[in-house]
Amino acid sequence: MSAAEQRSAAEAPVGVARLLAGVRADGRPVSAHEHLRLYGLLQPPGPELISQLQSSGLRGRGGGAFPAGDKLAAVAAQHRRPVIVVNATEGEPASSKDRALLRLVPHLVLDGAAAVASALGARKVIVAVAEGRAAGERSVLTAALKERRERLDWQIASITDGFVAGEETALINTLNGKAGKPSVKPPYPFERGVGGAPTLVQNAETLAHVALIARFGSRWFRSLGTEAEPGTALVTVSGVVARPGVYEIELGMRVSELLLQAGGATEPLSASLVGGYFGGWTRDPNHRLTAAAGLGAGVVVAFPANACGVRESARVTRFLADESAGQCGPCVHGLAALASGLEQVAHAQGRDQRDRLERWASQVTARGACRHPDGVSRFVLSTLEAFEDEFTLHLRKGRCSGRDRIVLPTGRAGR
Amino acid sequence: MKQLQVDPIECDGHGLCAELFPEWIELDDWGYPIINTLPIPTSLEGHARRAIKECPKLALRLTSLRRPA
Ligand SMILES: Cc1cc2nc3c(=O)[nH]c(=O)nc-3n(C[C@H](O)[C@H](O)[C@H](O)COP(=O)(O)O)c2cc1C
Ligand code: SF4
Ligand code: SF4
Repeated sequence: MSAAEQRSAAEAPVGVARLLAGVRADGRPVSAHEHLRLYGLLQPPGPELISQLQSSGLRGRGGGAFPAGDKLAAVAAQHRRPVIVVNATEGEPASSKDRALLRLVPHLVLDGAAAVASALGARKVIVAVAEGRAAGERSVLTAALKERRERLDWQIASITDGFVAGEETALINTLNGKAGKPSVKPPYPFERGVGGAPTLVQNAETLAHVALIARFGSRWFRSLGTEAEPGTALVTVSGVVARPGVYEIELGMRVSELLLQAGGATEPLSASLVGGYFGGWTRDPNHRLTAAAGLGAGVVVAFPANACGVRESARVTRFLADESAGQCGPCVHGLAALASGLEQVAHAQGRDQRDRLERWASQVTARGACRHPDGVSRFVLSTLEAFEDEFTLHLRKGRCSGRDRIVLPTGRAGR
Repeated sequence: MKQLQVDPIECDGHGLCAELFPEWIELDDWGYPIINTLPIPTSLEGHARRAIKECPKLALRLTSLRRPA
């Protein structure tokens, strides 16, 4: 392909499909050649990428929604050669968007990683994937890296599967040869990370957006989404919809619109879980999908009316309690207590636990080395609110109208 | 301004700190300290330092308030 051809083809995507604009119908990965034909060549940016990202308003898509430009600025301010870590571990069982990106459009993620490496003067870029869950993505990634021309030290790291393993300090500890458990901050990764170097940990999807902002600019990025949360986001839709899968949406879209895009609900719904297991339930079809409204890492589960929200939430809370890294007292004891409390209501043992559940949920918040307990607390409080009527039925009759039906995945045997 | 913080990984819930500095520390339902996040007034800094010194796990420390990235 000639340079002129590349330039003329390098037009910014106009629709909502930005990251997914080039996805092949046969599900095979987009090659470097196809990728360049669609998006054009990306010249390695300098430090100006930082202010460009700041004005784009891009926020991290790994769940924390931290402004990406500010994180780059914090790394740059260390004035030491940093390391880039692409967080594609995706520990949330109901999420598959990061793996979809790697499998379908690997060069978009790698472009973003190369761009931040260039802007920050990094040489080493580590792409972290989950050992078991991302076995297929790993081989796509290996093939894609062979097509790259940058002079970067690319590495692929396989991380133990686990809900907490992708937390940034847990990830860095694994990469440093230690147990994959979170550390107390400070020091933050931007101060001391891989091998002691300032480290930029960025979610895979965040970097895919960076690849396009670096090409087409922050104004283009802001032409979709909301003022506070510009751009598009990937959302994994599951539960009772006709076409579950990964969708690219404009931030601020309504839950009902997304469910329609996923083929519509296949049966009556009682609620939708927005934001995965660190997120919350909503019964409002007009609920807007934004990070401020709990979109988290981009998960929506359409929950059928004939399943029991109390039982399902109890089962997920137990899973999350078991996934605790087991280091911090409030997390270890608090999450186990929350799970037991919910289980007792779900299986109709004993008295009204709601006051205790609320107290425990508030007690575990901001009490761990990482934000795992905070996320679980949010999930439990939202369960109490969204399924209030079901709680009352459980307490009065020992059950509600819902059947014992598994909807929410935990990645464990029997889901 | 200084803030008192606990390292939740080190702390093993002896609860001694809550006895030494009850103005600022209470215990949760499992005996782990919940620490007031406000800046510590100078008049109470002595109490804070004593709790720090007596903590068997050396899990407490005073930090300057800082902004995370
Ligand atoms: C318990 C826990 C699990 C996490 N798991 C992931 C994960 O699987 N993938 C991810 O990108 N971020 C995860 N995060 C967030 C990371 O710590 C980090 O904020 C993120 O990778 C930064 O990227 P971003 O700013 O681009 O979102 C997790 C955080 C917590 C507290
Ligand atoms: S808060 Fe929980 S998950 Fe996070 S480090 Fe502590 S024990 Fe581990
Ligand atoms: S005295 Fe130290 S170990 Fe004991 S509860 Fe307080 S902070 Fe934790």
